[in-house]
Amino acid sequence: MSAETSTPSDAVELTSTSAGTYSPDNPAPVIEPPRARTSRSPKKVSRTNFEMWAWLFMRLSGIVLVVLVLGHLIIQLVLDGGVSKIGFAFVAGRWASPFWQLWDLGMLWLAMLHGANGLRTVINDYAERDTTRFWLKTLLYTATVFTVFLGTLVIFTFDPNIQ
Amino acid sequence: MSTATVDNPHSAALDTAESTASHLITITLRVRRFNPEVAAEASWVDYELQMDPKERVLDALHKVKWELDGTLTFRRSCAHGICGSDAMRINGRNRLACKTLLKDINPEKPITVEPIKGLAVLKDLVVDMEPFFQAYRDVMPFLITKGNAPTRERLQSAEDRERFDDTTKCILCAACTSSCPVFWNDGQYFGPAAIVNAHRFIFDSRDEGGEQRLEILNDREGVWRCRTTFNCTDACPRGIEVTKAIQEVKRALITRRI
Repeated sequence: MSAETSTPSDAVELTSTSAGTYSPDNPAPVIEPPRARTSRSPKKVSRTNFEMWAWLFMRLSGIVLVVLVLGHLIIQLVLDGGVSKIGFAFVAGRWASPFWQLWDLGMLWLAMLHGANGLRTVINDYAERDTTRFWLKTLLYTATVFTVFLGTLVIFTFDPNIQ
Repeated sequence: MSTATVDNPHSAALDTAESTASHLITITLRVRRFNPEVAAEASWVDYELQMDPKERVLDALHKVKWELDGTLTFRRSCAHGICGSDAMRINGRNRLACKTLLKDINPEKPITVEPIKGLAVLKDLVVDMEPFFQAYRDVMPFLITKGNAPTRERLQSAEDRERFDDTTKCILCAACTSSCPVFWNDGQYFGPAAIVNAHRFIFDSRDEGGEQRLEILNDREGVWRCRTTFNCTDACPRGIEVTKAIQEVKRALITRRI
């Protein structure tokens, strides 16, 4: 694909330097459309439903996240004196209850996977070269796994008596 | 006194009759021109024309080609909104030049005419349609049946016909596909037009290849890339609800897989 992308600009360069010298015997170079869909382009039908599940996950996690995130924001920033109440003791008090542990765990996993999948589609849309695409996705998946792992670890190993 | 009252309307009518050109207005047609054998870059060229506001953009293009500059290149066949040859970007929107009246697109300002986006420009307003038609061929837009062909017509109820009536109207002008931001960025996406034509057979009660087409559209470059921006529905000169058709294919995939 990267080779194809560079062809049109080369062809146009060539054309501009020798303008007007083309004839039926010496035709102008064919301009390849960038990343064209031709009969030769690879037809790798994936046969998995991954894209469908990813699409469904975005819709369903979005609905759940509206409740989780809005609830989180109201509890943290509006109720009981707002943002000034937040401190180590406040977090420790909430995470003493398994309900809030599960709430925060659900919010962490859903928000991270929702955001990562959104960025994956953005990379698929805008990264032109396969190598760029590969490295951006590697970076994205690494960051996602790291953040999810670290957040989960903190939620379950949180020690309110830490010195 | 009586002669004066008769004279006034008569002279007004006479005025319009005498100046037959009075209904013509001056328009500026700003065309995005590109000739790879002359210059590497495309450029805007303005044409001042005397046109009737009830004429179409295609008539203005004809006037340029026939009277001012014969090198202007564009596609048109039937010139009546059926063949789908002259889709172009007029004032920033994809339309058929043969269905766009000058009076409807503010002839006071320069009217910009560009080739449709997302496909390689060959010359002036002519683009390479091959990727578009390859995507169309890939969804197998023909009747697929099993067993022997019947000795008479394949009958269908009015309700079954109504199910896919909207998507039979497609004229393959590429106005929808070339208005899709996903297609602009990734030419591998099937695009709205191919999905519309797959929809036309997936929901046809006589067809038995629906599962094969759904399999193709379930792929990485299939319906799941649609971002429901509704550009395709806005662009369709036939008024097909394109985004709705794409969503119906998505729904069919989900309900048949789960």
